[in-house]
Amino acid sequence: MKNNKKRNLLCSLLLAAALVALLLYIDNSPLKSSMLSTVLQKGAIYALLVVSMNLLNGFTGLFSLGQAGFMLLGAYTYAILTIPVAQRINVYQYFDGGIVQFQMPQIPALILAGLVAAVFAALIGAPVLRLKSDYLAIATLGFAEILRAVIQWEKLGPLTNASNILRKFTGYNSILFPFIVSGICIAIIVLLINSTYGRAFKAIREDEIAAEAMGINLMKHKMLSFCTSSFFAGIGGALLAMFQFNAHAKNFTTAMTYEILLIVVIGGIGSITGSILGSFLYVACSEWWLRFLDNPTVIGTFKVPLLGHGFRMVVFSVVIMVIVLFYRQGLMGTREFSWDAVFAFFGKLGRFFRNLFTGKKAVKGGVVHE
Amino acid sequence: MSEPVLKLENVTMQFGGVVAVDDLSMEVRQGEIVALIGPNGAGKTTAFNVVTGVYAPTNGCLYLDGKPYLCEHPAGKAKKTYLGSDADKFVRHPTLRKTPDQITNMGLARTFQNIRLFGKLTVFENVLIAKHMHARGGFLAATFHLNGREEARMRREAMELLEIVGLAELKDETAANLPYGQQRRLEIARALATDPRLLILDEPAAGMNPQETVELTEFIREIREQFDLSILLIEHHMNLVMDISDRIYVLEFGKLIAEGIPVEVQADERVIEAYLGVDLDA
Repeated sequence: MKNNKKRNLLCSLLLAAALVALLLYIDNSPLKSSMLSTVLQKGAIYALLVVSMNLLNGFTGLFSLGQAGFMLLGAYTYAILTIPVAQRINVYQYFDGGIVQFQMPQIPALILAGLVAAVFAALIGAPVLRLKSDYLAIATLGFAEILRAVIQWEKLGPLTNASNILRKFTGYNSILFPFIVSGICIAIIVLLINSTYGRAFKAIREDEIAAEAMGINLMKHKMLSFCTSSFFAGIGGALLAMFQFNAHAKNFTTAMTYEILLIVVIGGIGSITGSILGSFLYVACSEWWLRFLDNPTVIGTFKVPLLGHGFRMVVFSVVIMVIVLFYRQGLMGTREFSWDAVFAFFGKLGRFFRNLFTGKKAVKGGVVHE
Repeated sequence: MSEPVLKLENVTMQFGGVVAVDDLSMEVRQGEIVALIGPNGAGKTTAFNVVTGVYAPTNGCLYLDGKPYLCEHPAGKAKKTYLGSDADKFVRHPTLRKTPDQITNMGLARTFQNIRLFGKLTVFENVLIAKHMHARGGFLAATFHLNGREEARMRREAMELLEIVGLAELKDETAANLPYGQQRRLEIARALATDPRLLILDEPAAGMNPQETVELTEFIREIREQFDLSILLIEHHMNLVMDISDRIYVLEFGKLIAEGIPVEVQADERVIEAYLGVDLDA
């Protein structure tokens, strides 16, 4: 057992080192502006967004659809605080440079982005978290929609630039940045889930009445989960704004929440590694691997039918329906990735091939009959 | 004499036009095993749900160790439709409505008639979660695992408890996969993990065969000694009830029709008529 632990740690470290090396290589090569780099960055950011939503939906059992709203708060807070003072007159061109006339350093602004989202979560959580299942979903969805409208309100222009785009704020240079921020945030969420509070969240998911009878204060714990999830959604929103070089309220639509919810389902509700894996796969598919479906293709003189603008989304929808219908557990279910499982798998595979070459008959379970 | 561990004073629970529990007064004293029996639909489980704070009573006061924790009286519109008695008795008491988790914190733990374990979690986690209530470390301290001592203590205590109830070997099993009898046992273990003074069991022997019932009787006696508990239980297995109880309360149509030690209750005309039937030969 002890040996396995050491081996697993070593494997994890090797994997992390390989990832860092790959990212550093991409960072310093022409690949930096390639599709691969885009997918990796967006995948890392989505991983954080999906994990934060999974904390709420998968681990605490609260079906909330306010994700886009909290991302919007994070993105705007970060953007407003980090636009260089000299640039403000250009960005807030209709509002005489706006009312915020200072620039914060990047990391404090990022944390503040999370805090603002968490504070709003605390404010709306008090009334909304008393609702159950679908009602909670509708209420949080409404919140996100209202927020999107309010942010674009003309009267708030000096602060939010109304319906105009926010840009020229501090971005990041190295593609390692979103990976590091996401990595730290996800690590914190994992620590939380494995703590006594995380167990209390799972108890609420399993059975609210029993959880309450075990002395768990439902309101307090739901609130903690809701605010924590929003905090990280805020940071994720800020990262997304950095990645896109702009923040614009009209992009943070309900569709974005659904997209993230979808990845939660694809990855497995209640699995962190599933969420991360799902994020990268989803982003890669939607941005890259299925792109060819959008381009009319001619092979020789034969024009492939159906391929054309918008067809990608059709295929995508079908794929998603198949997943929801046949793989309801998602990629990982509620399981987590473990090296033990990987080694067990390869061990089995190895035995299978060994038996194949030595001419012995492999029987189910790897038992060999002479 | 010291205060009873649990005291109900004129508790009435009314749902619309139905009075499910009518003017129920009872008490559980330190170290006693008290049974609440009655025919189906007599209001036993409703009474339990009032005691544990799931329902707020329509009228009446409840006390734990002499301290009131639930106190209600019908007011306004509810008063006009009130069908029970003693409507004005508690008007002067301030309304008091503790939530189930606060009541558990006061030292009252329960099990459920239809088992409510955290099904997808392991046996060990089920018990460990019940220890969360006593965790003093804050949210951030717990997240960043700065409460190592406390966490270790919680794990140790949970493990000890599993050993006492004989589920230690199954600790990594998923709770939903346990056989029925062991799920019952685990539910009791989970309730014990909250360090209660009063344990209330809602039909602990439901669905058990005679052998399992005998084991359960023994088990309940053991934990009473070991954890210095008072126990209130609802049960249909008459053998178990008569064997284990120090005192018995009998409900019919929400009303208390008899109380006393098992021999007295068995001899009570009204009880025989209402519930036990003529074939009482125990």
